[in-house]
Amino acid sequence: MVASLLLRQARRILLTVLLGGLLGATLVRLGPGFGVDERELDSRLSAASQQAIRAERARDSNVASFYFRYLAGLVHGDFGFSRSLNRPVSELLAERLPLTLVSLGYGVLGGVSIGLALALLTVWWRAPGADLAPAVLSGLCLAAPAAVIALVFLWLGAPSRWAIALVVFPHVYRYAKNLLVATSQSPHVVAAQAKGLSSWRVLWAHVFTPAAPQLAALAGISVSLAFGASIPIEVICDTPGVGQLAWRAALDRDLPLLVTITVLVALMTLVVNGLADLSLAAWKPGAAE
Amino acid sequence: MNLKQKIALVVLVVACAASLGAGWMAQHSYAEQSREFISVPPSAQFWLGTDELGRDRFARLLYGTRVSLLLAPAAALLSTLIAGLIGGAAGYLGGRWERTVTAGVDLFLSLPWLFLLLAVRALLPLNTSPVTSVMITFLLLGCLGWAAPARIIRAGTRTLVNSDYLVQAAASGVSRWRLFWRHLLPNLRPILLAQFWISVPLFVLSEANLGLLGLGVSEPLPSWGAMLRELENYSAVLQNPWMLAPAVLLVIVVSCLQLLLRTEESVAC
Amino acid sequence: MLARLGLVLVVGGAVAAGAANELRFCLRTDPKTFNPLLVEDESSTTVRFLTGGVLIRLNRYTQELEGELATKWKVTENGRRIDFELRRGVRFSDGTPFSCQDVAYTIRQLMDPVLHSPVGDPLRSAAGEVETTCASPSAASVRFPGPVADLAAQFDQVAVVSAASPRKESAVLGPFEVGEYKPGEYVLLRRNPNYWKRDANGHALPYLDSIRLEIQQNRELELLRFRRGELDIINKLDPDMYDRLSSEMPHAVLDAGPSLDWETVFFNQVDSAPLPEYKRSWFRSTDFRRAISEAIRRDDIVRIVYHGHARAAAGPVSAANHFWLNTAVKPGSGSEAAAMALLQHAGFRRSGGALLDSAGNKVEFSMITNAGNKLHERMLALIQQDLARLGIQLNVVVLDFPSLIERISRSYNYEAVLMAWVNIDLDPSAQMNIWVSSAANHQWNPNEKTPETAWEAEIDKWMQAQNASQDPNKRKAYFDKVQQIVADQVPMVFLVNPNALSAVSPNVKNVTPAVLSPQVFWNADRLQIGGTLVSQR
Repeated sequence: MVASLLLRQARRILLTVLLGGLLGATLVRLGPGFGVDERELDSRLSAASQQAIRAERARDSNVASFYFRYLAGLVHGDFGFSRSLNRPVSELLAERLPLTLVSLGYGVLGGVSIGLALALLTVWWRAPGADLAPAVLSGLCLAAPAAVIALVFLWLGAPSRWAIALVVFPHVYRYAKNLLVATSQSPHVVAAQAKGLSSWRVLWAHVFTPAAPQLAALAGISVSLAFGASIPIEVICDTPGVGQLAWRAALDRDLPLLVTITVLVALMTLVVNGLADLSLAAWKPGAAE
Repeated sequence: MNLKQKIALVVLVVACAASLGAGWMAQHSYAEQSREFISVPPSAQFWLGTDELGRDRFARLLYGTRVSLLLAPAAALLSTLIAGLIGGAAGYLGGRWERTVTAGVDLFLSLPWLFLLLAVRALLPLNTSPVTSVMITFLLLGCLGWAAPARIIRAGTRTLVNSDYLVQAAASGVSRWRLFWRHLLPNLRPILLAQFWISVPLFVLSEANLGLLGLGVSEPLPSWGAMLRELENYSAVLQNPWMLAPAVLLVIVVSCLQLLLRTEESVAC
Repeated sequence: MLARLGLVLVVGGAVAAGAANELRFCLRTDPKTFNPLLVEDESSTTVRFLTGGVLIRLNRYTQELEGELATKWKVTENGRRIDFELRRGVRFSDGTPFSCQDVAYTIRQLMDPVLHSPVGDPLRSAAGEVETTCASPSAASVRFPGPVADLAAQFDQVAVVSAASPRKESAVLGPFEVGEYKPGEYVLLRRNPNYWKRDANGHALPYLDSIRLEIQQNRELELLRFRRGELDIINKLDPDMYDRLSSEMPHAVLDAGPSLDWETVFFNQVDSAPLPEYKRSWFRSTDFRRAISEAIRRDDIVRIVYHGHARAAAGPVSAANHFWLNTAVKPGSGSEAAAMALLQHAGFRRSGGALLDSAGNKVEFSMITNAGNKLHERMLALIQQDLARLGIQLNVVVLDFPSLIERISRSYNYEAVLMAWVNIDLDPSAQMNIWVSSAANHQWNPNEKTPETAWEAEIDKWMQAQNASQDPNKRKAYFDKVQQIVADQVPMVFLVNPNALSAVSPNVKNVTPAVLSPQVFWNADRLQIGGTLVSQR
């Protein structure tokens, strides 16, 4: 059963990723400023040179033929050539992806851990005002632009990857807290408490466990959130990761780079969500169907 | 409503009233440039000082509150409703429908929607008023911001679908439609409310980030987002801490919303 | 034991001196190429400047040409030919001898029509082949098919590459060579062991052992690192940061005066532009454009946006360009009365708070600029208020750069633009593609088949005349006429020339900041870290 689930997930992921690449390419193509080049404003260039630059940029204007060429290259491990950075996309990714993956790892794990821990603490320690400090902290992190959080980290000389965790944790905390509070007020929890079970056992077995499927959904969202946060954070902190690359590619309308990053993000999101669903299936067969 | 919620409500009402009454409360127009008073500290003439163009920060904060306090919650409401419908329906119907929607949501999350925003901006006439332009921006943000919460709502729905009360209601012959609207959606309220109030600051900040690409609020109309972008100039902030006013106000409003929308008891049918 | 310890100390000392004798500053982006002939972006230009050997160098401080790899040169045949006497005994960084063959090879590569280089294109004055002949290994003669204005100065940008070296373009003739490149992080330039230049005392140049170019896009971070002593130079500082830094480190900031750059506004005068006819008639009215120019308070832009670090501009030549500036041309007055008089002359009138044209249309138009540029956003806000005094409603629209380029170069779907122009050249021939009406960069109405107005025909005539002449005084007279026509007809409203601002650590010696790019490190071979001369080679 797990094997068939795996196969189904893999097929779904592949189709979705391929569709994502095509849609991403279409969005970029339809956006304004596609195919223009800053060099068109360089008055030193002759008319012939400017014409040649335009012709070169027009090569990718047909989305279908671009995407076909892109997929054909993908089969051979060729992700295309980045015009904005003048290097093969595969080289750029090989250099930058590990850094971003590490940052995302810290960011997601850190954010989810902090968020869940604070939520569990708030639910377990039900004193009035127990949620005040976490609420203020999460409110502050929500209200501050990711760029400002990144600057604070820079100023303090702290690693910027933890800035991603601070962007992710308020979302995790709020959802988790509301969910756990709602679950903790369920009749079965009241019954368990009445039966004299320890608060820790009630929290783990009767509050956290039933809420686990919804909490698992946070994992995938956290990845998207973390990647979204990594863009301004990497730009501000000048970290040479994929986030910075994505920003640069968007500004330059670098189609091969943008499509590759879209495919990558789609793959990451789908794999993480797929893993969440699979682990749920293992935990609670039938729950992930 | 407990005391904390009452205080939160009062604070929100005061903030709304102040923004709506900005024309009376502010000593200067938000666009008026007092060119002899550039970046001055707070004084009797300028309660929060002036910005780098000599504009009254207090007036800009009030008018900016009007823009952000009206439009960000509206966008958050829109995205929450869409997420609730799509995520709720996916979790409720289950099976192939749920799988398709889930894949669609994941795909939606990965796409570079920035280019859609740029395309829409390009389609708007250049002489579109700043108010219209910012309304369209927030509308688009609302239409695009549903995907992440939809996934969570779907997961929440899956858990609720097998609840005793729903099984009981279904066994009693309640129609699927009524089950969905009367028994399921109300129990999704905690998640929907959490999503709503988290989205408010998210959309305020999104508008700020979009300003870097020309998609934010046009001059001279102020917004919290545009004022928050000033905080990137950290050394200026250290010397002029009153620049933090929009951030402080945003934290207060967001905290009040959270307190106000908190439910003490879950809905059980 | 003592000898070994001594050796360790000497080695350790040398390593410490090497690290201490390193200049550090930032590039905004990764260089796109290290091939000097393919350079287009700013970062690659910086690397080329520091590693490339040129035949003639423009001294950025004195603005005079000086021989580098050429000891002498002579321009003949009315600007079609240039003869060089090459310096003898020069070697590339890998030891390959330098000779006329390398010059010939470089010119051949540069003139390849496939190259599309901003260095090569200005040399393509006419159709035909460029011939380089070598009378001897140290005598090169280059002949162009047509006259090239300011021919000698063009070679300031031409870095000579080796025809014979196995390292190809990695073998360089400049003071430094590329040692290491870590993408996204830094480029490390090491001193060229075979650099030919020596100082007056016979010491080998450069004084520095290395230059570390950190790749840093974020200016706040760059400033933070400069304050912490992690960087020695900030080559281009914006006015906000200049003021912040000057309050903490007053001896570190340098204001070299107005640069060659301009900030301008221009209106859409393109025939095929999707504009209502009545707006097109406004933008084509000289009185309207002059009124806008008069109404804008440039002094406020200088004071408020640039914090005094700019100068009001009158035309396409900055005050820094002493020879070419037409001093008779003055900037707009900022007078509302003068502006209104011009508008009334053009048939406009006030009605209530609004300005109406002769047909009763309310004067309202948009002005676009590039997003993410705080100075432009502030300027636009000031201009908006200035024009509001006249009853004009100006709608400010910021667009990301590709969207802006598309509108002004392709779709022509815009009304007015606020744009910055970066000038690296003193000579007006570098501006041919802006002023000649048939050119693609004649931005307010590009690619005209024939000049649409009499004054544009006049400008074409005088620009061609100055381009064809080799007499500097005649050229100056012709270009003065162009400047006067531009001031009278206002196809572009010139706002300000920003000052060349930079920051230099007090540890760096021999800095003489210039307004021409690169402002601070133009004499990188003579810069030193600390007081004592480290290199005794």
